[in-house]
Order: sequence, then structure tokens, then C-alpha cells
Amino acid sequence: MIAIVDYKAGNLTSVRLALEHLGVEAMVTQNPAEILTAERVIFPGVGAAGQAMADIHALGLIEPLKQVVAHGTPFLGICLGTQIIFEHSEEDAGTTCIGIIPGTVKRFTPSDPLCKIPQIGWNTVRFARPHPLFAGIENDSEFYFVHSFYPAPSDADYIAGTTEYAGVQFASAVGRANLFATQFHPERSGRIGLRVLQNFSEWDGTC
Amino acid sequence: MLTKRIIPCLDVRNRLVTKGVRFQNNVDLGDPIEMAVAYSDNGCDELVFYDITASAERRPIDIEMVAEVGKVVHIPFAVGGGIRDLDDMYRVLLAGAEKVSVNSLAVDNPDIIAEGSRQFGAQCIVLGMDPVKADERRFPSGYEITTRGFRERTGMDALGWAKRAEDLGVGEIVVNSVDADGTREGFELELTRLIATNVGIPVVASGGAGTPQHLVDVFIKAHADAAIVASMTHMGDYTIGQIKDELASAGVPVRKKW
Repeated sequence: MIAIVDYKAGNLTSVRLALEHLGVEAMVTQNPAEILTAERVIFPGVGAAGQAMADIHALGLIEPLKQVVAHGTPFLGICLGTQIIFEHSEEDAGTTCIGIIPGTVKRFTPSDPLCKIPQIGWNTVRFARPHPLFAGIENDSEFYFVHSFYPAPSDADYIAGTTEYAGVQFASAVGRANLFATQFHPERSGRIGLRVLQNFSEWDGTC
Repeated sequence: MLTKRIIPCLDVRNRLVTKGVRFQNNVDLGDPIEMAVAYSDNGCDELVFYDITASAERRPIDIEMVAEVGKVVHIPFAVGGGIRDLDDMYRVLLAGAEKVSVNSLAVDNPDIIAEGSRQFGAQCIVLGMDPVKADERRFPSGYEITTRGFRERTGMDALGWAKRAEDLGVGEIVVNSVDADGTREGFELELTRLIATNVGIPVVASGGAGTPQHLVDVFIKAHADAAIVASMTHMGDYTIGQIKDELASAGVPVRKKW
């Protein structure tokens, strides 16, 4: 059973429907006990970092999220879920985040006025190294992105894939051991994105 | 590199996809769910559904249809038509839509944009606008915003409204040229360029697509971030793949693997 963490921020429906389509059992929950005992955990999210962190505090989810990652449970962060497992985000005048991955989340500052913020659309992901979650997917495939901020891990070993936008090459996929997290939306990335979710549903957390 | 998006637009009436010219003389074309799956399988980058009679019939949007689409389509899709308030927005997003599109509602009540953006995130809120050519002495951009499917003029300048909506927090703007809609004679490039080069958020060009060259022009000459197609692909004259091949050979970045 996969636990999809519900902290009110964002639209979990597309993640749930993508897993249903794959025939993978999942539950949407904000109950720490259910998150701690799940076989796998997906931490999704769209919205803003400040509100998301306030909700996660209020729901008492910070320690359970740290624990599942520390205990080796396969863990997948998506979009805002990925950003707020870093230490800090520039969003909302600076937000202290959960701090599972060392590094910060920065705002795009394009010099070209025709480079629009948010980045909305399909962009290529170049794999930094082979990873079980990219099994069966061609390098430089396109995934769907919607974001104004990007992850900047301070330890380059975390970088699993990179993407270029607004003059920066940013970490669009990060991971270590049982932790994997994407800035793109696998649940909105068609057949290729579904393959990432399928791979996750079969992943034992090693790489 | 971020690719340019091609977005088929499905106007839905009585659970059937329909298409008219300048919002009139509609012909029914098929089942929206089947068409959505076919488009997604054939490489479209996103979809948009408009419940085109919801407002006129004073009923809420067909939420069951949205939920059915959400089950079978795993690319982004936007939904518009018949959105009356934040609750309607929430129901559409909860049913699986990525974005909700507002048009007349935003003109009547601009605060809905700010409220929706705050509650659901700017990326969820799309402003649709229907500008028509107008007297430049009254409208600095040369275009006036209309509502309710071109039936009502608002006295609002198109560029002024686009900038205000950006300030209020929309995530992107769909610029639908009423003069070009359904004509298949090409996008209204001046209008698209005017909006796309004067706001900092993505702009989607809509109305007039008839050949792949029209999309090349709207991306290269008018700087659109995405383009809506309907008649040219609904009727089978072109596939999404053919359009993308022509865009790629003209140097426009497109998504090639799906």
C-alpha cells in the first residue's frame, strides 16, 4: 500500500487517479501512524511553500516524514513536496522547510523578458546517472513542469537529473538511497510519467 | 529546453464535442472522452474542455464529465464554462483537472482571480479572454474585451485587462481572437504578440489555426508559449504529429516522445 500524504496543499486527485490506472493500491492520508507503516510514501503538492509548511506543522507531519525516510521506506516527492523537503525555500519571503535534503529552493530570475514565470509545460530531463525509477525511460525524455522555484541541492551527489530553464541548469530530479524526488509531475507526464510511478510502486528503495 | 505546447480545445455541448465558426453554426463531432484519449495518445501536450452551454443554461459545469476525463487522461487538462465561484473551482480541481479557466466570471468579479490563486495556486487559474478589434482612440491596444461568447462588450482594453489579471495572480492567459475563431485562416498575430510580449506569464494563442504554418507563425512571430487547435485536428485534416514535425523543421522546440 502506498500512502499519498495529504496536507491540504495541492491537488492529490491526479496522483491517486494515475496509481488507480496502474492498478496500484494507494490511500490518501494525513494520519502519521498510517504514513509511518506504509510500504511506500508519496509526498506530492502544488501551491506555496509557506502555507504548506504551516499546514504540515499543524498536522504534526514533520517528524513522521523524517522518520519514514530515515527508516528506508521508498519515498517519492513531487513538485512542492520535493521543494519543502529541502532546508529552505526563497518562497513567501523565505520559508524554513523540513530539511531532509541539504540545500535551498531558489526563484527563477530570467534575464530574457520572453522567458515566462512560472515555467509551464514539457521540458527535457537529462539523467545524471541510471536510477531504478528511470528504468525503461529514454534519457532526455520530456516531463511536465509547473513551477516558479527550483531545487538547488548543496550536495551534488543528490542530483539524479537536470533540466534547463531561465538560464539555469537545475536539479529536476534528486535522490539518495530510498529517497527520490522530482520537480516535474510524473502523474501529468503521460505514458512516460506513468512509467516512473510504476517503477516506484515496484521499487525496494535501493539503487 | 521548454517545448511549445499544442492544446486541442474541446467545446462540449450535451456531452458531445462541437465546433462552430465565430461561436456559431456548431457541428457535433464526437464523444469528448474518446477524443481526449485519442489526442493524448497521439501526442498533444495538454487539453482544454469548455462546457459551452453551462453559463447560458445557468447550470454548474458537468463535473461527472470532468471526473471521467481525469480517470483516463494523464496529461494536464483545463476546464472552463459555468464556473461561478471558488466552490466550483475546487470541485473541478478535485475531479482531476489541472487548471480551471475563467472568462466572463473574472470580468464580472476580478477578485475571484486573486482568491482562486491564493487558495489553489496561480498555476491552477487560467484567464480566458475574448478580444475583438476596436477603435484605437478608445482602446489603446486596439482591442476590446467581450464576454458571454462575444455577445457583450465590456469597455475594457485587452492589454490593460491582461496586465491587471497578471497582477491579480492568474497563472496564464488564453487569448482567443473572436475575429479569427473557427476561420482556419491563421491566428491573429498582432493581438497575440501584443499580449505575449507585455506580460510575464505564459500566453496561449487561440482562434484561427488552420495549417501547421499558422502555428509556426504564432510561436516564432508572436511569441506565444502554447497554441490551441480545434477545427484543423478535430476533422482529421492534420494529426498532432504532423503539426509537430513541421514545427520542429521550422526550429520550434516540441515534445517528440510520448
